[in-house]
Formats: sequence, structure tokens, C-alpha cells
Amino acid sequence: MRTIRSRHLVSGGMIGLTYVAAVLATLPLLLILWHLLQKGASSLSLAFFTHMPKPVGEPGGGMANAIVGTLVIIATASAIGLPIGIGAGLYLAEKRSTPLAYSVRFLSDVLNGLPSIVIGIFAWEFLVRPIGHFSALAGGVALGSMMIPLVTRTTEEMLHVVPTSLREAALALGYPRWRTSISVVLRTALAGIATGALVAVARIAGETAPLLFTAFGNQFWSTSLREPIAALPLQIFTYAISPYDEWHQLAWAGALVLIVIVLIISIAARFATRSRFGAPVD
Amino acid sequence: MTALPAQWLERDRRKLRVEEAAIGDRIYEIITALCALVVPALVISIAIAIFAAAWPAFARLGLSIVASSSWDVGAGQFGAAPALFGTLISSAVALIIATPLAIGVAIFLSEFSPRWLRQPVGFLVDLLAAIPSVVYGLWGIFVLIPLLREHVMPFLRDTLHLGATPFFTGPAYGPSMLAAGVILAIMALPYISAVSREVLLAVPRSQREAALALGATRWEMIRDAVIPYARSGIIGGIMLGLGRALGETMAVTMVIGNRPEISASLFAPGYTMASLIANEFSEATNDLHLSALMAVGATLFVITLVVNAVARWLVWSVSRSRAK
Repeated sequence: MRTIRSRHLVSGGMIGLTYVAAVLATLPLLLILWHLLQKGASSLSLAFFTHMPKPVGEPGGGMANAIVGTLVIIATASAIGLPIGIGAGLYLAEKRSTPLAYSVRFLSDVLNGLPSIVIGIFAWEFLVRPIGHFSALAGGVALGSMMIPLVTRTTEEMLHVVPTSLREAALALGYPRWRTSISVVLRTALAGIATGALVAVARIAGETAPLLFTAFGNQFWSTSLREPIAALPLQIFTYAISPYDEWHQLAWAGALVLIVIVLIISIAARFATRSRFGAPVD
Repeated sequence: MTALPAQWLERDRRKLRVEEAAIGDRIYEIITALCALVVPALVISIAIAIFAAAWPAFARLGLSIVASSSWDVGAGQFGAAPALFGTLISSAVALIIATPLAIGVAIFLSEFSPRWLRQPVGFLVDLLAAIPSVVYGLWGIFVLIPLLREHVMPFLRDTLHLGATPFFTGPAYGPSMLAAGVILAIMALPYISAVSREVLLAVPRSQREAALALGATRWEMIRDAVIPYARSGIIGGIMLGLGRALGETMAVTMVIGNRPEISASLFAPGYTMASLIANEFSEATNDLHLSALMAVGATLFVITLVVNAVARWLVWSVSRSRAK
């Protein structure tokens, strides 16, 4: 039989280990942010945002086309993912227990867990292969498809938070059901849904793998949805695996810009929900 | 808007409004149902797209795609066994590193953390999931790999004498299965810890109080009363992390070394299914090569599908028992 003393020692030791785990788990994030700042900030300049990429050896050069390309792809993806996701969320919140609702819930979790490269292959098979060339649209469809399950589930969760009494009050006043859903229920949950949308945008903003098959990247300036388009994550990848030091510098700068975009969106989403519902969504 | 039929105007306004509402409700229902239908339609289209693209390779090469280990494009040999091996091993290494850390953090946050530390630490760990994988890859190439090559690998092999085992032998180049495993561990950690934290918080207070009342220390309470209660949920979280690790592409491609060979040593470079597709897709020369890559993608699709379905089922079974 072990003594009380040794049992307390073990207990203290294990509790100490959970503290160590907490330190070790937060360390990578701090290290990554530190290295991004340290290595990326020195290569950031106005030219980085306004200039086009230059061939190796020529000084300067930026990622203007990649930054704009990323924005075009995000906008396309949002135009596809947000309305469909919110619509599906409304359906799930209102028809909670139909067979379709159960299968949509399950399949959106499945979709959410699929590797992004698989989604890229899907967009390639339907939108690139038949047409014969890569396009920004295919990239937007791939990333939009990744947004749908995320937006669907957060919309449903946020709609559940809206008190039933609000809906009943609107119906009692003679509102049709569709007006009640859109002008009362959806409106009340809007901040939460916006947060879900932001989280989804942050998640796809840095996606690279699906873009290899769809948007492909572009050395030149293009904002057309029908042409291949440059994207920040693709450009970072190309520069990072290149053998040139100056390109490595640009990759760090690009990564810093990308992470700042993603972190601003993530932190904004965090605070938007906290102030309204008391607890963060995810 | 066209004029309403004459007989409608005769009716009293009230009835008209009721009918309009009914039409509006109908349209609204149809639109939301269509949006909901997009989700199953997407999953089915993805499955069709990937198996249609993979079919020629499966028809020509059969199971040798996953069973054979010779990948020679010129000779028309497409055996992706090394990539399958690499995917499984790198994910296994990731889970071995990430699981204790993630569960440790989850226990810390749900049981022992001072109140003021709970939010910030939880937030920092969650933020790991927000970092794009290409940024992990960049950091992996220029920070993690030099660190592994200069310090960690020599330490494991020589100082700890693990070089005597087959797992830590050979020269330390840097890009390796170990590097991929470490990067994947960092990437899977937030998923495991978020789910674990949630299920730990779902364990009823009475469970803890009963253990303490019987004289358990705080650790014995966790070990004997809290963790068994949350076990299947935690396993579900680990499987979710596994699903992430199996399908991760960019970061792994950047650090694993991309060599299609099976080696027992974690110091040796390897390959994964996702990085094989990412690397060779744009240079696929003929239809069979392309189709073989798609067949690798189809295999990955099936594996992640099964892992995720099991994970969701486990998490769901815990949250359902909580609801009762």
C-alpha cells in the first residue's frame, strides 16, 4: 500500500506535468510568430504591396498580383460558400429532425474533415479538366466548397441561441414564417453568423493545396475569373522551396502578410462573439 | 410584377395576404432545402469526381497501386506503397507527440489552470489551427529542420544512444519523416486539445466530488473518475487530429524530403500520398500517370472518410450521453 505522502507527490508531479504541457503547447505558436516577425518584417516595404514579382537576381519585386489574387479568390469563395452555408444552416435550425437534416449534419462534418487536396481534385475534375485550363473560378469553387460545411454548422448553432419567444412574438403579430425567419431570427443571430463567416474565411485564406489544381498561380497581373490567378499561399510555397536567398526573404515577408490577415480575422471573430454571447464559438 | 388576375382583386385583402404568405413560405422552404441539399450533393460529386478520375488506373493496375513499392513514371510503374507507408508513419509519429501534450493542456485548462490563464492559453492553442499550412512549411524548412539536424537528431542518436535501434539511425540530413511528424504534431494538437477540453468540461461535477470524497488525490480523481468518463470523446478528438494529419499536404511536402522509399529510420526522407499528388500533378505526362495520382487521392479519400466517420461517432456518443 502506498503512503498518502507518495500519492500526493505523484499527484503534484502529474499536475506539474500538465503545466509543462501547457507551456510546450503554446511555445510553437509564439516561436512561429517570433520568427515571422524577425525574418519577415525586414523584407516588408511598400514595394512588396505595389510591385510585381521579379526574376531572380533583380532586386526588389513584390507580390502585388498575389495579394490581389488571394482577395479575388476569397471573394469568389465567399460568394459561393456564405449564401449556401447560411441557407443550409437556416434549414437545419428549422427542420431539426428531418432525415435530410440528420444526413446534412453528418455529411457536413464529413466534408469538413476531407483533406483539402481532395477538394482540389474535385474542382479540377469538374471545372479545369473539361475546360482545358486553370482558372480563378475553379479556385473559388474549391475554397467555397470548403466554407460551406463550416458556415452551415456555425449558422445552425447561432440560430439555436435565438429564443423561441422571439419567433413566437413575430408569428403572433401576423408575420409570415419566412419573414419571421429572415427579419427576426436571422437578424438576431447576425453577429454570431458573421463570426462563423469570418472563421471560415480565415480558414480558407491560407489554403494552398486545392489551388495547385485550380487557380494554379500566375506570374502576371490578372483579376479575371476565367484565367489562372496568382495567390499569396502559392507564391510563398514557390519561393520557399526555391534555392534563392532573396526569394526566401520574400517568402517570409509574404507569410507575415498572410498570417497578419488570418490573425486579424480570427481575433476579430473571437471578440465579436465573446461580447455578444459570453463564450467563444470554437 | 404583372397585374393580379381579376378574381383575386375581388377577394378580401386579408385572404390575399395569407395566400401570399403561404407562397412566400413555400419559396423560402424550397430555397433553404436546396441549400441544405448542396452538402450531400457536394460529398457525392467529390466521390464521383475522384473515383471517375482514378478508374483508368485502378482498371489497368489494380491493387498494385497501393501494394507495390516501385514508382517509376517512365516504366509505367505506379506503386504508391511508400507514400501510403509515409502517410501512416508520419501521422503516427504526430499522434505520439501530440496526444500527451494535447491531453495535458486539456486537463490543465479544464482542471488546474488559474482562472485568468484559462482564456489566453486556450486561445493561443486554438490559434495554432488558424495558421496556414504553407506557413508551417516555411517555418519547418528554415527553423525546425536546422534545429532537428544540428541538435535534436544527434542528441537522439548519439547522446541517448537510440542509434542502436533501427528507428533513429543514418545520417541526419534534415528533411525527414521525423520533421514531418513534428510539424504534423503541432498542426494536430489544437484539434485534439479542443475536443478533449470540451469533453472534460462535460464530465459532471458530482463525478469529481465523489472521487475526492473517497479520499482520492487530485491526480487520482482525474485518472480514475474524469478520464474514464471522457474516454471515448478524447479518442474521438485524437481521431479528428489523425484525420487532419493524414490529409495534410503543403507543410509535409515542404519538410519530408519527398523520396519514395520505405525506411525504418525516422531520420530518412519519405513521402506521403498527399505530397505525392501535390508534387507530380502539374508534371503528369500521360493519362495513366495522372490517373494513378488520382487513385492515390481516392485511397486517401477513403482512409480519411473512415477515420472521420469513426471520430464523429465517438464524439457524438459522448455528447449524446451528456444530453440525457
